[in-house]
Amino acid sequence: MAFEYEKYLRMDKIPHLWCPGCGIGVVLKAMLRAVENMGWNKDDVAFVSGIGCTSRAPGYIDCNTLHTTHGRALAFATGIKLARPAKHVVIFSGDGDATAIGGNHFIHACRRNINMTLVVVNNNTYGMTGGQHSPTTPIGYKTSTTVYGNIDPTFDICMLARGAGASYVARATVNKGKQLEKYITKGFEHNGFSVIVATANCHTQFGRKNKMGDPISARKWIADREIPLEKAREMKAEELKDRVITGEFITEEPEKTRWDNYNHPVHEYTEAYQTIRDKAQEKK
Amino acid sequence: MKKSVRFYSGAELVAIAAVDAGCRFFGGYPITPSSEIAETMSLMLPKVGGTYIQMEDEIAAMGSIIGASLAGEKVLTATSGPGFSLKQENIGYAYMAEVPCVICNVMRGGPSTGLPTALAQADIMQAKWGTHGDHPVIALTPAYLEEIYELTIKAFNFAEIYRMPIMLLLDEVIAHLSAAIELPDKERLVIKNRRRPTVPPEKYYPYDTAYGDVPPMANFFEGYRFHVTGLSHDKTGFPTTDPEIVQADQERHLRKVNSKKSEIVDYEYYKMKDADIVIFAYGSTARAARVAVDNARSLGINVGMMRLRVIWPLPDAEILKLCSKSKAIIIPEMNMGQLSEVIERYAADRTKIMRINHVGGVPIHPTDILNVIKEAL
Repeated sequence: MAFEYEKYLRMDKIPHLWCPGCGIGVVLKAMLRAVENMGWNKDDVAFVSGIGCTSRAPGYIDCNTLHTTHGRALAFATGIKLARPAKHVVIFSGDGDATAIGGNHFIHACRRNINMTLVVVNNNTYGMTGGQHSPTTPIGYKTSTTVYGNIDPTFDICMLARGAGASYVARATVNKGKQLEKYITKGFEHNGFSVIVATANCHTQFGRKNKMGDPISARKWIADREIPLEKAREMKAEELKDRVITGEFITEEPEKTRWDNYNHPVHEYTEAYQTIRDKAQEKK
Repeated sequence: MKKSVRFYSGAELVAIAAVDAGCRFFGGYPITPSSEIAETMSLMLPKVGGTYIQMEDEIAAMGSIIGASLAGEKVLTATSGPGFSLKQENIGYAYMAEVPCVICNVMRGGPSTGLPTALAQADIMQAKWGTHGDHPVIALTPAYLEEIYELTIKAFNFAEIYRMPIMLLLDEVIAHLSAAIELPDKERLVIKNRRRPTVPPEKYYPYDTAYGDVPPMANFFEGYRFHVTGLSHDKTGFPTTDPEIVQADQERHLRKVNSKKSEIVDYEYYKMKDADIVIFAYGSTARAARVAVDNARSLGINVGMMRLRVIWPLPDAEILKLCSKSKAIIIPEMNMGQLSEVIERYAADRTKIMRINHVGGVPIHPTDILNVIKEAL
């Protein structure tokens, strides 16, 4: 039976503003299927976003939706989740939104390990403002602000999330919607801060300047560079240059000790805060 | 009735009043001289089932309180000059999306890092025009410890009534001042809560002007499933670029405060009956001005004071009246004349405006004001 996307969409807001062939549509569909997998009531879910093409996604979803300021979605989401810990808070962000202007909020949301899920659509550029280079634009590529080729080193968003303390981190490309759906579902199931990076095409802005101005060639560029994590583990560092490594990078449960970070057990933040309330309310 | 009298600082009183007003969420970031408010909230909120969080920066602190307010909580953040500057982006969001929240700014010297530990009244204009675009503004300026409690309650009520950010402007002196205070009887406090929708979800619009200039507000997770954005939007909450809708919405935002000015403006007269010289003051400088009035009176000078408890919006009619009947208006401020410039426009040629502007970080002394009173004779 075909999946009923209409159940979760605000159909009066369709057609959406994304370009034909944009990767964000695949991510939105994977997201809605993941919500269905969880059996969540639409009233109990808040979708929060910042600014950019990806950040327009919540407007199309028939839930509690919040389109905030550039880069700040995680700050708003943190307030919502702490005020209503039993509800589900999901954040949509782009590469510029999450790791440039919102970089500080990104690392600290990972560090706090609040039970929320962040999906970062990484299309290597600022699409909405006209295709400027972002922290994930590969070296050498052209954008409207790197017309001679980009020299800025790139962030690996999954490694950044892991280093900052996110307790579930995964990456899939928009060429593999089912894999994305699986990772987003696992992010929802995970009790802690989960980051899922969706590697996506922006043929209109990024592709056009790099000889892949149509969706097929832009997605082929992604497919040609994709290496599953298991394979990547057996490859040499120089072979992995400019590759998109996909898979689950960390699946740590909160109870376990994270020896690679700090030598203390990781807790889920809203649960930990409840212990603070209990302590504060203890009768002396 | 057991009386609760003990020593409180101004900062503690902001926190205590906030909790008494029903505030259950505080998102903050450490900054001198406002940190004591955050510290007190971190102690108090978990006791009443609320939440305190120290965010990664001032911008995030402001974002977190907007999120919590949309989820249904009364919310507070506290900061000082430089932090207030950083918060302006999301303060603008709260105006645009009409999210109730209270921002306490314990003013210090500026611009930039300025005088972190010294007092100033440097952000009178930032409280009004700090964020880009047009928006209404309500800002309160307590001068006494009891008044900090009273006006903090009032700030929360205004936030809920008008669905907007409210500025509570303290300065370093009254935030750090401590005295024995008797808190008011909690049972007798007037506490306002946001107007809730009475229609079923399918008939609800978050910015429905059919209910007046302040539309009823649903909270997240209550079945209304609405959209909130910082983009210009129509009554459904979804973005629009329709010039007529955008124009009408901006006019409504201003009207929701302007049309209720008489209920919002708040000022006090001191020895004004026969005064022909008037001191126009607010915040801690009004304390010095009050002493100066008493000292001048003992010299037989007919001087009085008009003190603003709410600095924005201004009581237009009363200021105009003051301008036409006073020989001189003296405005002491711990800035270079941010309010004086505005009052000068009211005065035109009707009266003489005499400024006292100290920005060195030390309080204006009553003698400084008395000397200007003598000059005005």
